[in-house]
Amino acid sequence: MELMSDRGRRVTVDELNTTRLLAHARQQAHQRKLDDMVIVDVDAHHYENEHMKDILPFMENDVLRQLAMAQGMKGGRGTLMPQQIGYQDVGGRVTRYPLRASEKFEPGQHRDVQLGHRWMDAMGVDYSCLFPTGMLNIGLHPQKEMEVDLCWAYNRWVTEKVLPESGGRMFSMLSLPFSNPDESLRHVETFGHRDGVGGFMITAVRTLPVYDNAYMKVYRAIEERGLVLAFHSAFNWSENVFRGCNRFIAVHALGFSFYNILHCTNWVVNGMGERFPKLPVIWIESGLAWVPFLMQRLDHEYMMRPSECPLLKKKPSEYMRDMYYSSQPMEIQDLKAMEQTFRMMDAENRLLYASDYPHWDFDLPSTIYDLPFLSEKAKHNILGGTAARLFKLKPRNDKQKENLIRFGNYTAAA
Amino acid sequence: MAEKLVGKISEFKDGDRRIVFFGDHEIGVFRENGAFYAYSNYCLHQGGPACEGLTIAKVEERIMPDKTSKGLYFSDTELHFVCPWHGYEYDIKTGECVSDRRLKLRKYEVIEKGDELYVRA
Ligand code: FES
Repeated sequence: MELMSDRGRRVTVDELNTTRLLAHARQQAHQRKLDDMVIVDVDAHHYENEHMKDILPFMENDVLRQLAMAQGMKGGRGTLMPQQIGYQDVGGRVTRYPLRASEKFEPGQHRDVQLGHRWMDAMGVDYSCLFPTGMLNIGLHPQKEMEVDLCWAYNRWVTEKVLPESGGRMFSMLSLPFSNPDESLRHVETFGHRDGVGGFMITAVRTLPVYDNAYMKVYRAIEERGLVLAFHSAFNWSENVFRGCNRFIAVHALGFSFYNILHCTNWVVNGMGERFPKLPVIWIESGLAWVPFLMQRLDHEYMMRPSECPLLKKKPSEYMRDMYYSSQPMEIQDLKAMEQTFRMMDAENRLLYASDYPHWDFDLPSTIYDLPFLSEKAKHNILGGTAARLFKLKPRNDKQKENLIRFGNYTAAA
Repeated sequence: MAEKLVGKISEFKDGDRRIVFFGDHEIGVFRENGAFYAYSNYCLHQGGPACEGLTIAKVEERIMPDKTSKGLYFSDTELHFVCPWHGYEYDIKTGECVSDRRLKLRKYEVIEKGDELYVRA
């Protein structure tokens, strides 16, 4: 196939074959014996926008469904989801974006499951948490009722048509229509017990107050079911503060951390950790460097302004250390800084490996495995042991079972 | 030091690239402006297939004497090859990672014998 290069020049590259593209990932997995460890990827993606014609029929409201399907039939001219200006593939340099449609798959199994299994097998990933892509912007939808119905349709489709075809290797944390607390609760009550549902996800690109009394019933319902709550971040170039940025690197670098910093701050200072001590919370795709930053900022101010956070019984950083963080994108350029970050966040018990594949800045398991300052136990926990406990995932071979037992991660997995 | 046949020079057009497997080595061979270059196909970032992606001119920004920017343009002289996994860019003439030129891909010697092209590892 040909890709567009400088000045209209065309460059010939092979068509996309994920297994081939990731052949070096397979080599790494083999060299490190990663198949002997349970590896859980808590953040992988598919492109649900390629399946809207299958998703939209699951919408509940007749009128909204007709509106949405009619919009979908207009091909490229119909817009249903809030769109973002973005250049993730760096002008086609990250070739799996422009080549995506060229990848072949076998009939009989959902395309997204087949592609998912290809990269999981290449990397040595046993289980992956599948998230949508375009839906991460659902919080920007101006119509609350459309947000609710699109979340509903996606959640039905992914739990009924996609996850069941993965042989138990894919699970999800389902998107909540967070603009509507009552509907969010109905989503938890309806989908919370379904196979493959590990918890629920708040798409973080929104500025709603996560401490609002209206949400307490939602958090309680998730906690009562022993499920997980995740905040999945993204970017929004149209957000006022980012309108002054002229390069995508600026919007991306700041945006993904920005929204989780916002929500995590509100979560912590409003004592949500005291209100829901048994609710595991994961902060997804903001990198790690923001964590020590926020810990230091909040601790510093808390010492002088405890009257504004009366529910707190310990420092904000300690509440942050009670929560979980996904590892990607891991800012690895300064190893010493990273080591501090790992110490501050108690990475051995709180960090969860994530690839974010197939998105442009994905991380392989080797990014964790090769860190020189990590103990064996920390590597096993981060790459999958901790997540196996959180999501009650079983080992897939005897070696994995041995390793889960060895590092105390087997209890709930049996 | 062993040599591995890459192919016939007459069949290797300007702008072409081949990936050669040679023992434990995986080598990307490029032809650009008549010259051959050969580098390790293992990216210095996360080990991706560094030589299998797009080739594209360096992007530069023109700054005027008064420090104002006249915008972005493609270089006329510097060509990069880009690792398809995450976009690390390498200078095709040197194998340097352009974001930090202290990092360099392993370079392999290229030998022309008549119409045959070899790499040496
Ligand atoms: S592995 Fe090459 S850019 Fe990341």
